Amino acid sequence: MLHLEGITKRFGTFIALDGITMDVPPGQVFGLLGPNGAGKTTLIRIITRITGPDEGRVLLDGHEMGPDDVARMGYLPEERGLYKKMKVGEQSLYLAQLKGMKRIDAQKRLKDWFERWDMGGWWNKKVEELSKGMAQKVQFITTVLHEPKLLILDEPFSGFDPINAELIRSEILRLRDTGVTVMLSTHSMPSVEELCDHIGLIDKARLMLHGNVREIRRQYSDNTYRFEFKGNRVALANALSFTGELIDAQENGEYSHARVRLAPGVKLNEVLRQLLPSVEIHGVQEEVPRMHDIFIKVVSETQPETVAQGMTE
Amino acid sequence: MNKIRLIIWREFITRVRKPSFLIMTILGPLLIAGAILAMAWIGSKEAVIHQVLVIDAEGVIGRRLEDSKSVQFTLTSVQWPDSAFKESPYTVRINLLPEVLNDPHADLFYKTLPSEFAMSHIRGQLDKSIELARLKQANIDPEDFERVRKPLDIKSFDIEDVANQSFAQERAMIGFFFGYFMFIFIFMYGVQVMRGVMEEKQNRIVEVLISSVRPFQLMMGKIVGVAMVGFTQFMLWIGITTLMLVLGLAVFASSGYDPAALAENGMTAQMQQQLAQQQMAQAKAVDSDKVMDLINQVNIPLVLAVFAFFFVGGYLLYSSLLAAIGSAVDSETDTQQFMFPVTIPMIVAIFIGWVG
Repeated sequence: MLHLEGITKRFGTFIALDGITMDVPPGQVFGLLGPNGAGKTTLIRIITRITGPDEGRVLLDGHEMGPDDVARMGYLPEERGLYKKMKVGEQSLYLAQLKGMKRIDAQKRLKDWFERWDMGGWWNKKVEELSKGMAQKVQFITTVLHEPKLLILDEPFSGFDPINAELIRSEILRLRDTGVTVMLSTHSMPSVEELCDHIGLIDKARLMLHGNVREIRRQYSDNTYRFEFKGNRVALANALSFTGELIDAQENGEYSHARVRLAPGVKLNEVLRQLLPSVEIHGVQEEVPRMHDIFIKVVSETQPETVAQGMTE
Repeated sequence: MNKIRLIIWREFITRVRKPSFLIMTILGPLLIAGAILAMAWIGSKEAVIHQVLVIDAEGVIGRRLEDSKSVQFTLTSVQWPDSAFKESPYTVRINLLPEVLNDPHADLFYKTLPSEFAMSHIRGQLDKSIELARLKQANIDPEDFERVRKPLDIKSFDIEDVANQSFAQERAMIGFFFGYFMFIFIFMYGVQVMRGVMEEKQNRIVEVLISSVRPFQLMMGKIVGVAMVGFTQFMLWIGITTLMLVLGLAVFASSGYDPAALAENGMTAQMQQQLAQQQMAQAKAVDSDKVMDLINQVNIPLVLAVFAFFFVGGYLLYSSLLAAIGSAVDSETDTQQFMFPVTIPMIVAIFIGWVG
């Protein structure tokens, strides 16, 4: 769907983006990650043609993106903004028409959205009369109303309460299921795991990590498994012998839990074979590293000082 | 094109619907008409009649001092002590100082200070009397003097068109008037364009807009939309002012005042003096032929076309410059220093229009 090729952007002597090359596959949710100041918003602004790259190009469905392609895009900026003095309905219609929609179509679709999201009474309210969360809902609707093929959301969950964040989350998944390609930037790692099929992690203007979320998590996994068993932990440790290393174990109630890191090249089945005579195994689960940990690991390798900052939101 | 029209419409309708637009549209003409009518009313209403006692100990004034609506003169050669003046019905006492012919000075004592209007009448009458007395002293016939003093009347002719008097100066005035109008309009509404750009930037909506339309469309839409607001407001002002003036004068007329006299009285003393001087200088009434000549000489279609050209061009240039300022700054206070370089060429243009 979207292909970025060697995107470089400089502001004076400061390099904001340094040769970013990546793919956003169609019909999936792509997460753009990175600590604050990494260049995510700059990259998004280049894709939405608000600013241009100094080097490199943006390809949309194989052709270089032109000014007419913006109509196929929906963009929710990080800094939300609407005309404060304009009425909700009028403003939504205006923004939809600017995207090339006919007034009648826009009106019909807006009505559907307003009904679905229970916003019936908002039509004639001025934006300044709405709460921040309400205004954000209006803005989200205006972003997706023209049914863009590519949806770019910069921090879509910031400023929403958990209920509305959930509403947005399910809406993003629904849109993805209808074939929309979604690119979102976020600091919320749980929502990356929940929503994103692909990610790109930018740090210090460079693309550090790029690919399928499941594959990346597997790639970063260190072969640790969580066992649920009945029996003695010493017996378990002894039974492991050279196939793995017991990291920690807890006994609570009927079952005990143990985390075991498998020795390199050892398969889970071999470990099970070793364990089965000594303890009663009730469950095994691979411990895949969380995106949170991967993020910290990758970013701290380049700039330890920004990690804490990047994870606060 | 369609998007520009949409933007124009939004810029226009949101501005026109603002309460401030309505207030200014109604208040503007009210203020103008109100000021004119108030001036006329105050002028016509000079209720105080100043009883002016002129003490001319040396008997210099040899003619009758003409009274006006608000001034009545009494001439005497007897000195009045202050206590007597205080008890008398006179409100103003003027003492011509000794040797007034060589050293023209007078002291004015008042109970109520005469208005500037009454004052200029008093000064005018005394001046004229002293002038006559001095002519007499120098043995000059006043009529000779009047003839000698007659100023030179220069008529200008274009050498290519000697048959008709050219009114180059009057025509320059027309240019100046149009130039000044342009300056006011461009500045007033150019600043609105700047504010609009700044507002969108501060609201952060500009990112959404720029990802929907081209920046040029956004700017053009804004500039044209604001210009339409300006025209609407001007038209409404002209309409409402005319209506209110007509209504106001009708009310005055029905209450027994003569509108023409009102208008005359409404002029400030200074204006009247200037008018009197002009009339004296020309020494003849302005004949309507001259006005017609002037109108005939001015190529009205050309003037309007050139006006339209410079007006549209100037507005586009300056409003886009101001829009650039709006996009470059973060807050209203930062605009001032950027406004300065943009304003300078406009002021120079006005100056050239005036001098050149």
